[in-house]
Amino acid sequence: MMADLFMLAALCVLISVAGALIRAWRGPGRADRMMSAQLIGSGGVGIAVLIAAARSEPAILDVALVLALLAAFAALAFVKTVTPKGAGDPEADEAETP
Amino acid sequence: MNAMEWFIAGLLALGVFFYVAGTVGLLRFPDTHSRLHALTKADNLGLGFIAIAAGLHWGDGWIAGKLALVWLLTLFAAGMAAQLVARAALKAEGGE
Repeated sequence: MMADLFMLAALCVLISVAGALIRAWRGPGRADRMMSAQLIGSGGVGIAVLIAAARSEPAILDVALVLALLAAFAALAFVKTVTPKGAGDPEADEAETP
Repeated sequence: MNAMEWFIAGLLALGVFFYVAGTVGLLRFPDTHSRLHALTKADNLGLGFIAIAAGLHWGDGWIAGKLALVWLLTLFAAGMAAQLVARAALKAEGGE
């Protein structure tokens, strides 16, 4: 009974993550598309936690941890690509004395 | 135990509600920065409620600690990403 409830919640989060794809498709800027990817990342972490609880399977929590880590690195890599010198922080670029 | 199950169900409903709120904010808000604000806060609040519900349902101390770690990592990552993406977006718009 409770396991079914957790699976239902996972399904609802999955549907809400699917909504983020609309922003990835239409988003005017590159930052908007990156935000959509981030929402998919944090939604995936939530889904992994819910499925782990529904099946009482601790291994799926490791999936959640790895997914959270990868989403963080994806955001960092994105910011490093859009900054001119690849410093990763737009303000660090200004502070540098050439 | 029945009261506990109702409590867990309520926490799950709250978590799903905040996830849906984050998605609605990402879709409906007018500019990049307000969308970033909706995304990085609402989602992680939803994840927090879901993690608490999962920990209570599991009833194991070590698992609860691991869930707390997952949530903390996501919170720190979202805070970092919010700052960096916001600055990058501001640069792209030609702001200060």
